[in-house]
Parts: sequence; structure tokens; C-alpha cells
Amino acid sequence: MAFAAFATTEAQPQAPKRKSRIALFLLLPGILYLVLFFLTPLISLTLTSLQVPSEFGDIGQFDYAFNWQNYVDVVQLYWPHILRSFGYALVATVLALLFSYPLAYFIGVKARRWPLLQSLMLVLVIAPFFISFLLRTLAWKQLLSDESFIITSLKALSLLAPDAHFTGTPFAVIFGLTYNFIPFMTLPLYTTLERLDLRYLEAGSDLYANPFTVFRKITIPLSMPGIVAGTLLTFIPAAGDYVNASRDFLGGPDTQMMGNVIEANFLVLLNYPAAAALSIILMAAILVLVGIYVRRSGTEDLL
Amino acid sequence: MAVREFAERGADLELVGIQKRFPGFTAIEELDLLIPAGSFFALLGPSGCGKTTTLRLVAGLEEPTRGRILIGGKDVTDTKSHERPVNTVFQSYALFPHMTVIENVAFGLKRRRMADPMGKAHEALRLVELDHLAQRRPQQLSGGQQQRVALARAIVNRPALLLLDEPLGALDLKLRRQMQLELKTIQEEVGLTFLHVTHDQEEAMTMADTVAVMNKGAIEQMGAPEELYDLPRTSFVANFLGQSNLFTGEVVSTTADAITVDAAGTRIVVPAARAQKHQGEITVGVRPEKVVLHTEEPTETAGRNTIGSGRVIDVSFSGVSTQYLVDLGALGTLLVFAQNIGFAPVAGLGTEVWLSWDVTHGFGLADEPAETGRFPADDSTTSIAVQRREALVSELEEH
Repeated sequence: MAFAAFATTEAQPQAPKRKSRIALFLLLPGILYLVLFFLTPLISLTLTSLQVPSEFGDIGQFDYAFNWQNYVDVVQLYWPHILRSFGYALVATVLALLFSYPLAYFIGVKARRWPLLQSLMLVLVIAPFFISFLLRTLAWKQLLSDESFIITSLKALSLLAPDAHFTGTPFAVIFGLTYNFIPFMTLPLYTTLERLDLRYLEAGSDLYANPFTVFRKITIPLSMPGIVAGTLLTFIPAAGDYVNASRDFLGGPDTQMMGNVIEANFLVLLNYPAAAALSIILMAAILVLVGIYVRRSGTEDLL
Repeated sequence: MAVREFAERGADLELVGIQKRFPGFTAIEELDLLIPAGSFFALLGPSGCGKTTTLRLVAGLEEPTRGRILIGGKDVTDTKSHERPVNTVFQSYALFPHMTVIENVAFGLKRRRMADPMGKAHEALRLVELDHLAQRRPQQLSGGQQQRVALARAIVNRPALLLLDEPLGALDLKLRRQMQLELKTIQEEVGLTFLHVTHDQEEAMTMADTVAVMNKGAIEQMGAPEELYDLPRTSFVANFLGQSNLFTGEVVSTTADAITVDAAGTRIVVPAARAQKHQGEITVGVRPEKVVLHTEEPTETAGRNTIGSGRVIDVSFSGVSTQYLVDLGALGTLLVFAQNIGFAPVAGLGTEVWLSWDVTHGFGLADEPAETGRFPADDSTTSIAVQRREALVSELEEH
């Protein structure tokens, strides 16, 4: 007994110090990685976004400056694309949530009794990842093209006007975004719903709440961490996406999103400062929106 | 449509031919039960006996395979759980983690659109002495506090029938007593019907008007606590509700009012009226506190069973009483509880003793103990005393 007491008083003050040093050491690779591949490009991007064209240089040659006018220019020029990006991303996120929630609820709650069915359905949700998403999006372009079986049948049934198109419209872009991000929505929803304690639902039902009220007052708030994670994982990449909206895939000239104009400025117009300024605006806007969203959803203590 | 008004008084509960099968096993074989309005009914049994399933059937959280459930004379078998005038205090509390304590308590009132839900919720919290924690989250409370919130959340609705699933399990002894009294007061004041499921025989006996002892999906015996304790009908009841000394033997003589059993050479007499079986091999018993310990051989008197001599093999002192374990050779060991009226203990380890008890205190059972086995209650004060003593001895040996 006496030895044990002696040992603990000796060891206690030293233990936390040693622990934190090891933790710091283990963190080092991560910190180095972030400095090298996140902080450096970010600084470089910020500097690029403030550059001015070289006075006697070629197209695509710029000098370092503090030309914040670049930001005003890109906002004036591309504000429809900025709004479109967030609008499409928002609609796609809502659609993906509406589609994924029942799916995740079924896999995570209803299928609990059959683990085999549960894992099979999860595999089906993840299965599209085995094929490159570029190929999948191209496949949808084929499937939804004007000559495709789906569109011709819809036209034959007079559900679509004879001169209507699907690819190149906002619907096609939103459809593509929704489709591509459904697994990112379903998986976090599944992980929270899978842990949902059904006794809370029973208690709600015992306290005179009908099934709809139980869902609204108990199931939804308890699955909020999954909803927040899923919507963030969908909204952030969807807002910056440039594949679905591209003319080579499901988009058209009128469906260009921020990703597309950044790509065009960087690779075609060689206007690097504009591309960099747009990137920073995109990043800042997402940070602000996500910050407000997380704060409003009140899930800080659940996250 | 939810029930919009408080129940004026309790409703009676009737279970008719209830059977519940789950894939692979039967939880309830066949259950008929009538709980009169305004009574405090305890369903007592070991875990896995079907008592919680019975409660869930009444709450509407499970559907019976067969049979009907009537509350206040109305058939509610097909009624959804949110439409039944029933509230449950869950064993796991099931307090909503995303709501504060007060929101939890007001939940049921709000669903029924009662006037002033917050005021009523605060009143209920005051009753369980937790009003000062109304704005906390359930996970910030201790187990006992959570349990009291769960209780407040159920009783605030004044249901016609309140179901209690081991509601006092996590409370310490003092609070437990206090809550038992509180529950009893609420029940008597409002006249609600309480159905209380527990494995704690002491709790069942102190609180309930009627106790039903359940085993393996069926009720073994039902009655007032004193009645059950005084005259158990089966060895399961005899050992689950308190402790018993049991002897099995052949009936050797029967008179109009007494049966004599030959148990391993010792003759034990029980009143005929207190025996379930009158011939063949039967099991008779006596409660440990009815047995008197003698340090000198007593004179044989009519109307008393005398056994002896035996040796004391264990003595444990628990304040109010002392528990002796006496080895009687072929008869096995006998448990004796002696009140510490004088300076205890009267007999030390290894002392030669004789035992006697009044014939009228004996009882005869309908079955044999081997069929069901012995269920030592591990939460009774005596067994705690034994454990303490063993722990103390082992600790002393270490040093």
C-alpha cells in the first residue's frame, strides 16, 4: 500500500508532460504535410490573386502586386456563375438528403435484424466508387442524350416536348451532382442512424407522440450529426464541382459553375489572377456558409 | 388522437389469455391477470421470466401473439402505444439526450396539448426535488437523478395506468426509500393504478398491495405480500420471496389437522391446512426467522418441531439480527435469523446447538426444490453482510 502511494505521487506530475511530447512528435508528419501542401499553395494562391499583368509581357505573364481590383473584376464578371454554383449545390444537397435519408434509415434501422442484408446494401451504396466518376458521368450523358432510349421514349409518350433536350440543362447538371454525391450523404447518415437507440423512439411513442411527431422531434434531432456531416460532404464539393456542369459532360453554355470558369481562366484564358481570386472567393464563401450552418444547426456538442 | 385530459382516477387492467412468442422462444406462455383500478401491483421475478415483456405488451410496444389487453374495460389490443392512456418509467430511463430536463418532462403534456405544460412540468420536478436542474441536459445528471427525471416525466401525465420497469434500481438506499414512499403517496393521492415490475422482493413487498411472482413466463403465485411470504405454494416462491429452510421427505402419518414428514430420519410436523400436498414425498419448509436457536437441548413439547443437535458453521452479524448457518448432517444446513435482543451473538462457530419452531409456522409446498433450484437474493441485507465479512477476512489475511 505504502509503495503504491509513493509510486503514484512520483509518477503523476511527469506523466502528462511526457505524453504531450510524444503527441507532438506523432503530430509532426501531419503538421509538415499541412505546411507543405496546404499552407504553401494557399499563400501562393493569395499572392497570385493580387498580381497585375506584366507591362511588356506576353499573355499569361504577371507581376506580383497588391491589385485587389482583381476581386472586384471577377465578381462583376462572374456573379451569375457564383450564384449558380451555390444554387445548384444547394438543390443537389437537398435532393441527395431526401433520397439518402430513407435509404440510410432502412439500412441502419430497419435492416438491423438482418446483418447480411445490411452489408449487402452498404456494398451497393459504395459500389459506384469502383468506377471512375468521370466514366459514370459520361455514361449518364449517353443515357440522357437526345437520341437515347430514355429521352426518345419520353418524347414518344409526350412527357417531353419533341424539341426538348435534357443534357445541357440545369436539370441535368443538378441530376448529375445529386447522383454523384449520394454515397457521401448516405454513409454519414447511416453511421448515425445505425447507432440510433430505438428506446428513445419507444419512449416518445409512450409519451403520446404519433409516428410523425416521433420522427420530427426525436429521430431527426438525434440524427443531426449525420445530417450535418452528410450535407457538408455533399455541399462543399458540389459547389466547387466542374465536371457535371462542363459542356463535355452534362452541362451546357448556360449551366457553367464556378469550377468551370476557374478552369477556363486558368487553362484557356491564362488569366491566373482571376482564377486565383475566384478560388479564394469560393473558399471564403464556403467557409462562411458552413460556419453559419454548423452554428445554426446547434450540433456543436453532438459533432 | 391522443388522450387530451388527465385521468381522473386509475383504470383497471385486464390481460386475457396473453401469449407472446418471439422467434425461437416463448416469453409468456399463458397469462390471465386482473389488476383492479387504484391498486399498486407488483410483478416480481428473476430476469428473463417475462415480466418486462408483459409490461411492454401493456404499453403497446409489443403485440401479443394471442390474447386481449383491456384497460378500464376498453379493449386496447389493437391500439397504438401513443393512443393508450399509459405511461412507462423505463429501466434505461430513455431520457431524450437532445432536450433539457424540463423539455423532457413537458414532452408528453405538449403532445396532448395540455394547458401550461411548463408549469406542470416544474411542479413534477419539484416533487422529485430536481427543479433546480431543470435546464440541464440528462447526461449531465447522475444515474439516480436521471431516474427521478424519468419518473417525473411519466407521472406528470397522470396516466390511468403507470408502468414502472425497475424504476428504483440505480438509487442509493436512502433515496430509494424516499422514492418508494413518494411513489406510494402519489399513487394513493391520485388513485392511479401502478404496475410495477421488479426483481427486488423487498421493494415489491414494501410497496405493493398485490404481488405476483412470475417464473418462466407464467405467474406462480399471487396475493398480498404477507400472504405470499407466510404461505408460499412453490419452492420458487419460497426462495425468491425471502429465504426458506426446506426439507423433503415421505409423509408418514396424517391426521385431520397435521401431517408428519420423515425427512432423513427426523420427524417434522406441518399443519394440514398449510400444505399443498398431503401424501407421498413432499417438501416442507420454515422461514429462518421463525426458527429458535437453543444452546442446551430443549425438552420435547407438543406443537413444536425440534431438531438437533447440529453445529454452527457460520455466524454473520448484521446489526439488527445475526444469521447462523447450522450443519445438521443428513438434513443439510439450516439458516437461522436471530434478533439481537440480548448481547449477540449467543453461539459461536462450532457450538453445538438445537433448533425448534412452532408447528403452525411450517408450510408444505406443491413441488420439490430440485425442480427450480435456489435463487439466493443477492441484494438482501444478510447476504451483503456475509459478503462484507468475507471481504474483511480476506483483507485481514493479506496483511
